[in-house]
Amino acid sequence: MADEKKPGLFEKGGKLYWLHSSIDAFDTFLRVPGTVTFKGAHVRDGIDLKRVMIMVVIALVPAALFGMYNVGLQTSTLYGLDWGFWNMFWYGLLRMLPLFVVSYAVGLAIEFASAQIREEEVNEGYLVTGFLIPLIVPVDVPLWMLALATAFSVIFVKEVFGGTGMNIWNPALVARAFLFFSYPSSMSGSSVWVSKTWVPQLKGVDAISSATPLAIAHDGAFDAATGAVGQYSFLDMVYGFIPGSTGETSVIAILLGAALLIWTGVASWKIMVSSIAGGLLVGWLGQIAGATTLPCYYQLVMGGFLFGSVFMATDPVTAAQTETGKWIYGFLVGALAVVVRLWNPGYMEGMMLAILLMNTFAPLIDHCVVSVATSRRAKKTQTA
Amino acid sequence: MSNNLDLKKGLNVPIQGAAAPEVIKSVSPDITAVKPTDFAGLVPRLLVKEGDAVKAGSPVMADKQRPEILFTSPVSGKVESIVRGAKRKLLAVLIKADAQQEYLDLGAKAPASADEAKKLLLNAGLWGALIQRPYGTMAKPEDTPKAIFVSSFSTAPLAANTAFTLGGALQDIQAGIDALAQIAPVHVSVSKDSPFGQLKGATLHTVSGPHPAGNVGVQISHIAPIQKGELVWTVSLLHLAAIGHVVNTGKLDLTRKVAVTGPGATRTGYVVCLPGTPVKEITPVQADIRVVGGDVLSGENLGAEGYLGFFHSQLSLLPEGYDREWFGWAKPFRPKVHSSSWCYFSWLTPKKEYNMDTNLHGGPRAFVQTKCFEDVTPMDIFPIYLIKACLAGDIEKMEKFGIYEVLPEDLALCDYVDPSKNEIQAIIQKGIDLMIKEMA
Repeated sequence: MADEKKPGLFEKGGKLYWLHSSIDAFDTFLRVPGTVTFKGAHVRDGIDLKRVMIMVVIALVPAALFGMYNVGLQTSTLYGLDWGFWNMFWYGLLRMLPLFVVSYAVGLAIEFASAQIREEEVNEGYLVTGFLIPLIVPVDVPLWMLALATAFSVIFVKEVFGGTGMNIWNPALVARAFLFFSYPSSMSGSSVWVSKTWVPQLKGVDAISSATPLAIAHDGAFDAATGAVGQYSFLDMVYGFIPGSTGETSVIAILLGAALLIWTGVASWKIMVSSIAGGLLVGWLGQIAGATTLPCYYQLVMGGFLFGSVFMATDPVTAAQTETGKWIYGFLVGALAVVVRLWNPGYMEGMMLAILLMNTFAPLIDHCVVSVATSRRAKKTQTA
Repeated sequence: MSNNLDLKKGLNVPIQGAAAPEVIKSVSPDITAVKPTDFAGLVPRLLVKEGDAVKAGSPVMADKQRPEILFTSPVSGKVESIVRGAKRKLLAVLIKADAQQEYLDLGAKAPASADEAKKLLLNAGLWGALIQRPYGTMAKPEDTPKAIFVSSFSTAPLAANTAFTLGGALQDIQAGIDALAQIAPVHVSVSKDSPFGQLKGATLHTVSGPHPAGNVGVQISHIAPIQKGELVWTVSLLHLAAIGHVVNTGKLDLTRKVAVTGPGATRTGYVVCLPGTPVKEITPVQADIRVVGGDVLSGENLGAEGYLGFFHSQLSLLPEGYDREWFGWAKPFRPKVHSSSWCYFSWLTPKKEYNMDTNLHGGPRAFVQTKCFEDVTPMDIFPIYLIKACLAGDIEKMEKFGIYEVLPEDLALCDYVDPSKNEIQAIIQKGIDLMIKEMA
């Protein structure tokens, strides 16, 4: 008799049932589940969320690797340490590793516990969020702050809404916003963007100012003749040899990731294209209106604009879901980000808040698109 | 109104085991089943008891609410047993066939009015072949539909090739169209270069494109979308031929060429048999093989001990996918697994056919990626919004987003492509059931 069978250790009724979501997560991480279809289509596509999420992580790898190198490069250059390539890279890697460990440990612990409470399987969404968070904060951010921000965003932005797929805002960006508003001295200004912790020679040395090109341009130090912003040339910004959040500096590395995301269809190219179009348009208007002397395409290569357009705005859960809505949503993200950059005296980077604001309005955009489409459809069927 | 439809969205699922156009055997089984469960929403009333003699075309059961709707035996013989399930629910009437088949004379006469046509269908036991849209339930004799739609081909995975199975029954099909045209205008959609392009008395529509272009629901939504309060009926080409056969000969003959297909089939090909034939007579079934009546996307799991259903012209045999692949989701290459997503490398081998099994390839998750639904739904609807309205049970939104136009089978590919492994067809069916309950 089935009901006489003793439940397994992790099955319902078993002693360690409270661990079943975690066990299941590790088990299906190693081997794909042996579940067979029981209703609906009898055969299924090989794609699952694990695969989708790992694609995003792979797309982030070039930006992450370059970022690690750049962390070392910036420190080495700023303090005149003259490290070689590998030292720069190892320094960056070792600086970034604790951030990744903290981000994943805190986030996954909460994910696992929440999945257990909801008696669901652990969702893979955090694979991406956990990878994004270290890439969009200053590398020297204290780990306890990072842990706090991660916990806040996973609990209050994701789990209370029901987990991955149900959240309204991008959790990684909310973690950054939490840090930005709670600990502004560690998150903004001109001294946080180059790492100096862990460098023995720098013990006791005061932080040397290392403003990002965005901040330099904000202060008006753009040389129209050479096209340089402060000491950084346009090509420096394209390659990514500039201070900034670890993942955001290299246009080339980000574009590599964008190519993979577009190729696999994991992220919407419509959002990327329209966001860039929005940023260019407002940047150009700003130039005409005299708000800035920067050519509009500088907006794309400075700060987190491109990283945000490619990796953050395209999050399928928090972006608009209708195809027309994606065009509108992306355009407004890009446009708003540059508006904040150009017409805002205090804060020079607008991408984070632009995306979070448009996350909020994405359902409204979709609602309008769907309403228009259904009323058009109603008219069509009446005349048919 | 369009007479030429070229649909772009959709997906042909590349699965192994297509049936070559040849008949591999003819089966006259000892036992044939008549199953009320073949008809959606039918509450049957039994008209025979064990030991009764029946002819092919004799009534076996009727609809409890509309006793004029008869369901007839496809064979002549003796009622062997009556199979009931939980709460005495009637599952099947098993009929032991005679050595010599006798047919009840239903009167070979072309109907001259709608009433005559309806009567012919009711008496022959073919009324159940008429499906009403919206909702996909059995048509009601008192209704008059706006139109009757027939899809003369199927784009479903490994579906029977109607040009082969019914290409020789043109006279019967023509008589069927003429009979149904008494009730409402008939629309027939045909594929390019189809033998059915020469049919008369119906509006012909040429339809091309990947699956689900052959689904009658998709065709209706392009030809004449269903509004609130409208009714259309659909009938399969197979049953249209059976109707015409009654008109031409007075005999009910449901004999069909059934495509035995799929990677789990020991031998693929066509088997000539009647509905209600035991699966095991049609094809040998090995251990851990699932037998699906119909196609692999929206067919019914018959089980090795089951019987071919009234609507089935295809059996799909699939290995059960209990196998657990190490790091399957992380492997760069998984040559045995097909994915329409470009996250895998199936796009490198567009012509390859896959040895598919029933593995779910993942675990159930919340909706994350939803554009994939639109890519496989060639209809003017927002699939994800319709699905969510069904989940929420919001009648008004279901109406707005097109619940009248779809049956689960039209969104079957959403089941297939969803990375979050939601049961889209079950969700749509739940929405339709709610509509039926609320609109009654």
